[in-house]
Amino acid sequence: MIALQDRKLALWYIAVAYIAFLIGTLMGLLQVFIRNDKLQLPAWLDYYQILTAHGVLLALIYTTFFIFAFFVTGMSKSIGTFGPKVRLFSWIGFWVTLIGTVLATAMIVAGEASVLYTFYAPLMASGWYYVGLALFVVGTWISSFALIGHYRVWRKNNKGELSPLFAFMTITTIVLWLIACLGVVATVLFQYIPWAFGWSDTINVELSRSLFWFFGHPLVYFWLLPAYIAWYVIVPKILGVKVFSDSLARLAFVLFILFSIPVGFHHQLTEPGISNFWKFLQVVLTFMVIIPSLMTAFTMFANFEISGRKKGATGLFGWFKKLPWKDVRFTSIFIAMAFFIPGGAGGIINASFQLNEVVHNTLWIVGHFHITVGTPVAMTFMGLTFWLIPYLTGRKFTKSMQILAFVQIITWSIGMLLMSTAQHILGLLGAPRRTAYSNYNNHPSAMEWFDGILTSHVTMAVGGSILFLSAMILIYIVVMSMFLSPKAVKVEDQVEFPMAESDKTHTPKWLENWWIWIGIAFALIIIAYAIPLSSMIMHAPPGSEGFKTW
Amino acid sequence: MHFHKFEKIWLIFGIISLIVFLSIVGVTAFSHDHHPSGGMDTIDPEKIEQTAPFDNPGVTQIDDDTYQVAIVAMAFGYTAPELRVPAGKEIIFKVTSKDVVHSFTIDDTKVNMMVVPGQITTRAYTFEKPGKYLILCNEYCGTGHHFMFTEIEVY
Repeated sequence: MIALQDRKLALWYIAVAYIAFLIGTLMGLLQVFIRNDKLQLPAWLDYYQILTAHGVLLALIYTTFFIFAFFVTGMSKSIGTFGPKVRLFSWIGFWVTLIGTVLATAMIVAGEASVLYTFYAPLMASGWYYVGLALFVVGTWISSFALIGHYRVWRKNNKGELSPLFAFMTITTIVLWLIACLGVVATVLFQYIPWAFGWSDTINVELSRSLFWFFGHPLVYFWLLPAYIAWYVIVPKILGVKVFSDSLARLAFVLFILFSIPVGFHHQLTEPGISNFWKFLQVVLTFMVIIPSLMTAFTMFANFEISGRKKGATGLFGWFKKLPWKDVRFTSIFIAMAFFIPGGAGGIINASFQLNEVVHNTLWIVGHFHITVGTPVAMTFMGLTFWLIPYLTGRKFTKSMQILAFVQIITWSIGMLLMSTAQHILGLLGAPRRTAYSNYNNHPSAMEWFDGILTSHVTMAVGGSILFLSAMILIYIVVMSMFLSPKAVKVEDQVEFPMAESDKTHTPKWLENWWIWIGIAFALIIIAYAIPLSSMIMHAPPGSEGFKTW
Repeated sequence: MHFHKFEKIWLIFGIISLIVFLSIVGVTAFSHDHHPSGGMDTIDPEKIEQTAPFDNPGVTQIDDDTYQVAIVAMAFGYTAPELRVPAGKEIIFKVTSKDVVHSFTIDDTKVNMMVVPGQITTRAYTFEKPGKYLILCNEYCGTGHHFMFTEIEVY
């Protein structure tokens, strides 16, 4: 087991993550009932306030806090207990991130920031909302640099050696995060804050949108890569095999640094101010992530097959039956992976240049991110939660908890399948996203959307309700594992941190030369962004004043 | 670095598919002009009423086969008096915003334009079937976002 102080830090991160999860999923439940006109909100609460809270709390707070809990635990386990400086800065980072979170959430609750989690200008929230977001990012940076410091100590003490795979992947994710945040920090610090506090009168809207999406797309990879760490490093251990290929795993991860950042324009394909050439160039770069994704898919199935054959499976697909289906740590992540197949395919559709017009800002997109971040990422995190908390608290993961965990992941899958299928179809029919209940004055086209069996408001509400039930089961499991489950006294009751062995003997050293990857990443960013962004600044129209339209 | 034989086949197949796919998208985009909506024209968001074509919003016939439709989006509606256009003719939509970001989205068509203050979004479209089409805003713009809609009649 890892050092007590490191466990404490990780548990605090997890606690904040699940408080955000609790409130965020409740907001989700309220939404489906408002959207089918079954629930009237009191005058002081607005649909878009709830929607903002749902997005911020789940997509930003739950994910980030959980990711740091996972990183802290895994880094302590793979490269050793934190030194006093690393520990101090980790705690400072934790508190700054938390203060930022609380400030931003307070502004949302006060109705001062119903700008949704994309906070597009010239909707103008209270300046303190942007300060909250800035603190959130700065806090994660402090925590990130603490982990980088910890890693550097290990590198210094192990000269010429490649770091353990978990540490390498953690640092990759952090490098990606640090570069990605430059966009949002630039826009919040130099555009939004001066404008919201009245120090500057107007804002360059198109520039702020582009800087946001410079951050917004790699943000999804910041969620996804920790899930990939689990797929690459945790799952093989549960299956009883080694990491399939250490070098390919590292190569896939560095490719994600390169191809997840210079691609933000694919979120802006239907808007003015960016010429078709630059939009298309970024579409091409976007598609390059398919290569590491295919490598990942191959590795996963290779692991499954090798493990199955080791257990005596024969024939082409015999290994499938030999997978450890009764182990909820595995089954949860397997379902997460299965959801990512349609999720990834949908992503290809979204980014396909002119095809984007069919789905942009429709409910299809909502369906899409519920089967990407909402299931593959979230359910991987759930699959980790089941053993991570008992591992950190030294409690048992009892038989009854394991059964409940199965109920939880199965209800989540069913709820998500119903809700996201409805959303995908509704989006193709044309129903817009981010809207409260509306039938557009009984317009026949709008009435048609919700006419189907799968596309009715009922399906979405049933899906949403099942999801909420599942979320509450998870909260129960979290509380039990944190405070109430019996202590694991006997060795066989102790929960382990499954970390697979990885054979580094054939891995080339240049894969861990960060300057190569950071260098190429910046070169690609300059190619993709330098000219269009500078033309946005030089040919800027008169800027926009702020509006509070809620 | 060692690639398993099957992995080589898998990746080569994947990369070739990727090249074919991107070529199709790129060729149709740039040789057949199948671009999503966009445009590089800018405008002063405070002086929209004085700037052409928004000083005279609505439908204008440009020549026998082309019509232009100028529309101003604002929270929570569109300045678009009586939108009636013929089927089978090219309609060029030009849209801008007076306040926050909106969209101009025509249901059952591929017209799905982001409307950004300070910029003019352009999209050409030819309606095939006559009828009344719902136009709505699909970018969150405030409390009344879900009441922001209008209609276009194609004859």
